[in-house]
Amino acid sequence: MSNIIETQHVDFYYGNFKALRNINIDIPEKAVTAFIGPSGCGKSTLLRLYNRMNDLVDGAKLEGKILIDGEDIYDKKIIVEELRKKVGMVFQKPNPFPKSIFENVAYGLKVQGMKNKTELENRVEDALKKAALWEEVQAVLDKSALQLSGGQQQRLCIARCLAINPEIILMDEPASALDPISTAKIEELILQLKDRYTIVIVTHNMQQAVRVSSKTAFFYLGELVEFNDTNIIFENPERIETRNYVTGKFG
Amino acid sequence: MTAAKKQQIAFLIIRTLSILVVGILFVILGFIIIRGIGVINWDFISKMPEEGMLEGGILPAIIGTLYLIAGSILFAFPIGVMSGIYMNEYLKDGPAKRFVRLMTDNLAGVPSIVFGLFGMALFVNKLKFGDSLLAGSLTLGLLALPVIIRTTEEALKAIDDTYRHASYAMGASKLHTIKKIILPAAFPNIITGLILSIGRVSGETAPILFTVAAYFLPRLPHSMFDQAMALPYHLYVLATSGTDIDKARPIAYGTALILIIIVLICNLMANLIRKIQRK
Amino acid sequence: MNKLFKNLQVGILAFSSLVTTITVLLIVIFLFSEGLSFFNKKPIEPGFIIAVHPDNPITFINPTECKRIFDQDITDWKEVTGHAQPITLVTLEDIGNNYSEEQMGAEMEYLDTCYNHFIQGDKGVIAMIPERNFTNKIKANKLKLDKNSIASFVQGKEWFPTAKPIAQFGAFPLLVGTFLVSLGAILLALPLGLACAIFMSEITSVRIRSYMKPVVELLAGIPSVVYGFFGLVIIVPLIQKVFHLDVGETALAGSIILGIMALPTIITISEDALQNVPKSMREAAYALGATKWQTILTVLIPYARSGITTAAILGIGRAIGETMAVLMVTGNAANTTLNILKPVRTIPATIAAELGEAPNGGIHFQSLFALACILFLITMSINLYVNFISRKKA
Repeated sequence: MSNIIETQHVDFYYGNFKALRNINIDIPEKAVTAFIGPSGCGKSTLLRLYNRMNDLVDGAKLEGKILIDGEDIYDKKIIVEELRKKVGMVFQKPNPFPKSIFENVAYGLKVQGMKNKTELENRVEDALKKAALWEEVQAVLDKSALQLSGGQQQRLCIARCLAINPEIILMDEPASALDPISTAKIEELILQLKDRYTIVIVTHNMQQAVRVSSKTAFFYLGELVEFNDTNIIFENPERIETRNYVTGKFG
Repeated sequence: MTAAKKQQIAFLIIRTLSILVVGILFVILGFIIIRGIGVINWDFISKMPEEGMLEGGILPAIIGTLYLIAGSILFAFPIGVMSGIYMNEYLKDGPAKRFVRLMTDNLAGVPSIVFGLFGMALFVNKLKFGDSLLAGSLTLGLLALPVIIRTTEEALKAIDDTYRHASYAMGASKLHTIKKIILPAAFPNIITGLILSIGRVSGETAPILFTVAAYFLPRLPHSMFDQAMALPYHLYVLATSGTDIDKARPIAYGTALILIIIVLICNLMANLIRKIQRK
Repeated sequence: MNKLFKNLQVGILAFSSLVTTITVLLIVIFLFSEGLSFFNKKPIEPGFIIAVHPDNPITFINPTECKRIFDQDITDWKEVTGHAQPITLVTLEDIGNNYSEEQMGAEMEYLDTCYNHFIQGDKGVIAMIPERNFTNKIKANKLKLDKNSIASFVQGKEWFPTAKPIAQFGAFPLLVGTFLVSLGAILLALPLGLACAIFMSEITSVRIRSYMKPVVELLAGIPSVVYGFFGLVIIVPLIQKVFHLDVGETALAGSIILGIMALPTIITISEDALQNVPKSMREAAYALGATKWQTILTVLIPYARSGITTAAILGIGRAIGETMAVLMVTGNAANTTLNILKPVRTIPATIAAELGEAPNGGIHFQSLFALACILFLITMSINLYVNFISRKKA
């Protein structure tokens, strides 16, 4: 199994606040990697570095290198929009646009300049099927996406992300705003997708990490404490902090 | 065309238009300042107009405008602040509050010429104040009222509830809390609103056309029942009644500059207070 | 005692908050009582009636025809559905010129005879007679004249409130002028203001934005008479030169000045609307590979649409009500025209220009209040509509 993302000596600052300290972590291709840790440990920050979402934050500064497919994504030659087409993202709260279901899924494609209607329809159908939402919405594609339930909205956001054929999907606590049944559906979906995509998921829910991921990284106070196969992290971690966290002694 | 290229062009257009907006302001200000600065001297602001306004100073217009500012603020400021206090501290969210706010918004949207007509119908004719400083001040005061109410409300809303709770916890009454804790804390922001409404009042012409403004009155007003000249109306008269344009224009530029200076000072002061407030 | 004092203080506060409501109500009362009494009157000089020869089949005349007759635009009865017969005008002046004071009587008591004499001599006569002298000694048909109606007020094409003997109160050209100038203003101000709002909210740095805010505030603070003066000495001659016109005072000049004046409203409100788009919407678009411009165009502007609409509507409202600047640069000719290079006259400018000369309580005076009622209703509906949209959104 080769590594698709390489994170090398990354320090990251918000203004004067050092949010990440010397992070080194390589993410394996076509597998699910989970980031866990208490709030404010830097796991979401790291995730957002992989598609340069933190570019939007004033006063953010990165030191070190992040390579995707062997390319430095913070190199001046990189077109950030192209990077984001390759590295999709699903956010904590479902954030569909106030447009129709169809328009939501087609958005990324249209942004790339795809105009052919049949092609768009095929790609939208394909993405919705991959996101296990097609059955539920095929009759109401022109209805507003805001009328869907929270769980459906989140799967729509996943479909929207899948439509542009990313290699990597970053998920920032994708189920934390959802009810248990919707959460189960999202987890099921992740398991279906993991053979075709590289998925990095940030989660607060340790059972979720166990259920969906093959590798897990534990972060604490801006540092990567431990990174290993998921079963090792949860059953036999090397570090005492990790053990305390996964057994619920703090966090 | 690539998306990046489109963005470049779009941003270029947007930047150009934005620079144009800023440019418009500077052209107007620059124009008035350059043409007016040579006119202004001590005589200009301290002497009576002569030769049918074509010579001499504009003292009565300056004094008239100062009186109008003072009169309208004296009327509108206390009422506006008290109204803002009642709206934010006493009135609970509901139909009553919505209605009062709607009416305040409506008053803010009434065109200034309608204020003028109303002021004439009520103050000049009905209450028989005649064309007078009193009628003009009250009309301008009503015009400034919504601004003062809104800024007071905003200022009070910005005060954290912990202040209120801390004061109540020490056994202070609501009125006492408002007077001793909330108002002092909100004071700078309320003053900002006051200063901006002074700027507004000083430049309004339509409301004073039929309530106070005298075309030509080379003396200072005797009482609040007297007519008065005012800067904006004076500028209007000088600009439009073209008996001797060559002689009238310089005085018009000078008058416009004085008006602009008042507005500039008000805006600068308001921004200064805001800046100090933020630190 | 202490409690009573406290209640009194709170009572004063409560009353203060009612002042705006009371003012709005008083404005409505004063405006509409004067404005509506205009519609109870006839557009003829008070105390006069109009009469024709008893053989003349005409019994009714509308104000426009009447004015054209007295202006000698219409010179034959057949032009107003009567028999072919040249029209002869008879006014009080004519009587005075033809009869001696003795003949008219010291108290004008024989005026009726004089009039009668005149009327009987010519079948084409139309006479304007003081009502108190219209006795049965005069053998003539009094013409019926309509009261001013809302329809004729709004649709009438001629605004000539001081015309004698019949004043013309057609506000249509004023309405057209007002809307033409305001529409032009918003067409200029909306793209400019929106671009500026996008620049401040999305493109530039926080620092430059903090410099631009006071600029916008200052634009809002400049008095309208200063804008008018600037327009008069810069814009008007410029338009005259560029378009080779006889006069530069045109609807276009008004639109340009009003457009500048509407900018702060449009910029501030659209910028607010853009700032209020949730961060998650921007993130969603960026994460899908959209450029900043694509995000602005396809996500932010649609999301902020109602706010931007509000900005445009309030901008129009501001333009419609603006008085002094328009008065100074639009030329104030009551033309019904859609040509932006012609002088026009707006409702507020009409009120400002004419109220000083309209005798208190007269029909001209009241017609200006009727205009103010229209203005008030327009701006009021704009406010209510904006309030309605913003409440629906919340």
